[in-house]
Amino acid sequence: MDKFIRLTAKACPLDLPNVNTDQILPARFLKVPRSSELGRLLFYDLRRDANGVERPDFPLNQPIWRDAEILVAGRNFGGGSSREAAVYALYEAGIRCVIAPSFGDIFAENAVKNGLLAAIFSENQVIELSAAISAEPARPLTVDLEQQMVICGTRTFDFSIDPVSRNQLLNGWDDVDLTESFKDRIAAFKTADRARRPWARPRN
Amino acid sequence: MSKPQTLIEKLWSAHEIARREDGAALLWVDRHYVHEGSFHAFAQMRARGRRVVEPGLTFAVADHYVPTRGRDQPITDPAIAAMIEKLETNTAADNITLFGLHDPRQGIVHVVGPEQGLTLPGLLIVCGDSHTSTHGAFGAYAFGIGASEVAHVLMTQTLWQKKPKLMRISVRGKTIAGVAAKDIALAVIARIGADGAQGHAIEFAGNAITALSMEGRMTLCNMSIEAGGRCGAIAPDATTFAYLKERSFAPKGNAFDEALETWATLPSDKDAAFDREVTLDAEAIAPIVTWGTTPDDALPIDGNAPDPAGESDPVRARYLRDALEYMAIPPGKKLTEIMIDRVFIGSCTNARIEDLRAAAAVLSGRVSKVPGLVSPGSSLVKRQAEGEGLDRIFRAAGLEWAESGCSMCVGINGDIVPPGERCASTTNRNFRGRQGPGARTHLMSPAMVAAAAVSGHLADVRPLLAGRSV
Repeated sequence: MDKFIRLTAKACPLDLPNVNTDQILPARFLKVPRSSELGRLLFYDLRRDANGVERPDFPLNQPIWRDAEILVAGRNFGGGSSREAAVYALYEAGIRCVIAPSFGDIFAENAVKNGLLAAIFSENQVIELSAAISAEPARPLTVDLEQQMVICGTRTFDFSIDPVSRNQLLNGWDDVDLTESFKDRIAAFKTADRARRPWARPRN
Repeated sequence: MSKPQTLIEKLWSAHEIARREDGAALLWVDRHYVHEGSFHAFAQMRARGRRVVEPGLTFAVADHYVPTRGRDQPITDPAIAAMIEKLETNTAADNITLFGLHDPRQGIVHVVGPEQGLTLPGLLIVCGDSHTSTHGAFGAYAFGIGASEVAHVLMTQTLWQKKPKLMRISVRGKTIAGVAAKDIALAVIARIGADGAQGHAIEFAGNAITALSMEGRMTLCNMSIEAGGRCGAIAPDATTFAYLKERSFAPKGNAFDEALETWATLPSDKDAAFDREVTLDAEAIAPIVTWGTTPDDALPIDGNAPDPAGESDPVRARYLRDALEYMAIPPGKKLTEIMIDRVFIGSCTNARIEDLRAAAAVLSGRVSKVPGLVSPGSSLVKRQAEGEGLDRIFRAAGLEWAESGCSMCVGINGDIVPPGERCASTTNRNFRGRQGPGARTHLMSPAMVAAAAVSGHLADVRPLLAGRSV
């Protein structure tokens, strides 16, 4: 997967709480294989009206933020369904970092696996940062994962992320390769476990 | 003496293979359930030229896209047919047992796993579906995962995880008549919020929980994710063991007795510590409905929709205005005056036999004022319900009795609530557009959906139960 170390890009405020994965990528698009098509379907029902026409007031539809790579969102971003395609849709649309006061647990995990940073700000920091962006929408932010810091003009904001996710993003680890290096321990566990819990394998 | 441990800690340590310096642990996976939506993960695995390492621990179910009508006919939508075929070819290629479209055991994965005795206490269970928390009802460590994690489990039968914080939710006392597990779940979510349990594994405890049947426990654990908790669990007890005895894939004879010895050690130790404790009084829980667009927008049925004018927090006031506008509910409207267009009884939350019985008990001898769909949780539940004559009650009430699948809970098999329509639903998510673009969803228990059906509006089931045995 792609590493995430430092990013300087435009940020778009998405000042809504509870933007769940059904809003990020509606279920009817889950049949779509991973492709740039998913990027065009991002936030489909929030972004478009019932006739499929873009709503001009949706932030990502505004010309200044069409190329934003950072989203600054409300509480509980990505709650709900485990659909990883929600992360694919963000990534394919060019989003590399979402800043929010909290994230759905499964979404946050899926984000890490795809090199997308989910950075946790306090509610107040989000309000301050959103205001700063709205005042100067074209000004890029710098997100520095090593320093766990966002730089916006002369201001800096610290953010939190759990150490495991930080480690994985900074290193761009491939989980499967990493697990491969534990092959012997897995085999030993399996043997011991079979003796300890013979009932744990399905009967048929 | 060793440190007292919680149920979750015991489950965790029994599966830990290795731990990294940063705290992530490699865990062994006992059961991996897959469905049509797992196609991304199979594609990732094939792209690496890999095979499924433990096909004997992997079970597939066709549920998300299956039609609920006309199963004897070919599927008309080629994109939906392709999803079901893809599951068939992916599972056949790696010798994975599939409960496919025409298998008599087919159903919703979170109904089928327990029903087949695949879900057992003490197991670590994953599936690429957030409602995998359901299986925690058996004292298993069960949680939903994304496609990359599904691929990792297919290739290694293990998963890297961070240890969650521990939350115990105790519900004490006896629930009143007309209150079901769904009401307990919605009461919990309303109390702690839709993100209240983020980062936590939940253990449900207290005598109102142990009094629940396995069906009720599954409903409750299923909804853990709607409180933000990836996993919810209940200590196994005599109710659990009685449910499992003689299930197809469950251990039998000596193996069952041996398993029982281990299972009996799983409940949290007396002085085990939790990061957060929440306590609810069961008697204070009334039948609940949701009015808005997240599951914590839940209120007792005798209440009124909120009024943003009375909200001092401007962010919250704006949220309330948006949610009420989407739901087309005037501020402060009495909940029982909200008219509905249709009902849905189904989903991994509330379509087990007990749920169908609860709805039928209200519908019996009555007629629904709106159209509605009943989709049993599994094909075996359907057959059992038909054996009990429940299908005749639903049909006589004017509801459609259909085949089993995720159906109108997620709307991707074509069963949708038309735009702008309002549905009283036994499902788990009232998100915008969840049951179809522009659909308006009110979550409630099966008995409350039946009450709404016969009333034509959101309604309190309690008066409708008078003189009936339930």
